[in-house]
Amino acid sequence: MIEPGLYHMLFISTTLFFIGVYGFFTRRNLVTMLMSVELILNSVNLNFIAFNKYLWYDKMDGLFFTIFIIAIAAAEAAVAIAIIINLYRSHKSIDVENAEDLKY
Amino acid sequence: MSGSTVIFYLLAALTLVSALLAVTTRMIFRAAIYLLFSLIGIAGIYFWLQYEFIAAVQIVVYVGGIVVLIIFSIFLTQQAGEQLSKQKLGRQLFAALAAFCGLALVMLQLAQHAFVETGNKAIEPTVANIGNQMLGVDEGGYSLPFEVVSMLLLAALIGCIVIALKSKPETE
Repeated sequence: MIEPGLYHMLFISTTLFFIGVYGFFTRRNLVTMLMSVELILNSVNLNFIAFNKYLWYDKMDGLFFTIFIIAIAAAEAAVAIAIIINLYRSHKSIDVENAEDLKY
Repeated sequence: MSGSTVIFYLLAALTLVSALLAVTTRMIFRAAIYLLFSLIGIAGIYFWLQYEFIAAVQIVVYVGGIVVLIIFSIFLTQQAGEQLSKQKLGRQLFAALAAFCGLALVMLQLAQHAFVETGNKAIEPTVANIGNQMLGVDEGGYSLPFEVVSMLLLAALIGCIVIALKSKPETE
């Protein structure tokens, strides 16, 4: 095993991103799709932190981007869950196949 | 090979394996718990990188906030013990193929790209430094985005209440 560095972090974040993409493609339940989006957002955060730590350690901009992304992700999750609960009330299901009223 | 290297590989394995389980398991509640472990693994990686403040924020906001919110929404919208419906094999296959192709493309680019690090003196990401720059109004300060995010959170709060509000039945 070699000493971990920038490339290890980028490997983890890339793999996490595409695991999230796979989940977003295959899942049909809105809550699990939201979980996949959270995984994607976390991989981006890890990327920012890794670049800040290994390449631009004289600044803290990556760290601030991460903080703001976490704040926006929290707001996004709250609004998404409010929408999901409202959808469940009117359709009795949170499957995306049953939520296609806007299509027509 | 030192102890810190071993810890890093363990954290990476925890993060990736539980993320993979979170998107493939058919029990929705287990998916939420695997997501919890994946987020804890990422917080551990932040601790390993010695970004303690971000690690604490990750645990407080994600593990303590978002995952609890997701678990509550599962309770509110799902029947107990119900499994998610099985996906078509073709869809799974094509999703895996697309994800794998993207992964291979990015990895190829990463292997060819040489990153150049800055040679300047490092800043310690202590809470005092973070606070000074977060509320700074001079060059490089982040007070304007800070205010914008606070407005966004307020808007999200009000929006959530309005969206999830139960409409009252008409009473005379």
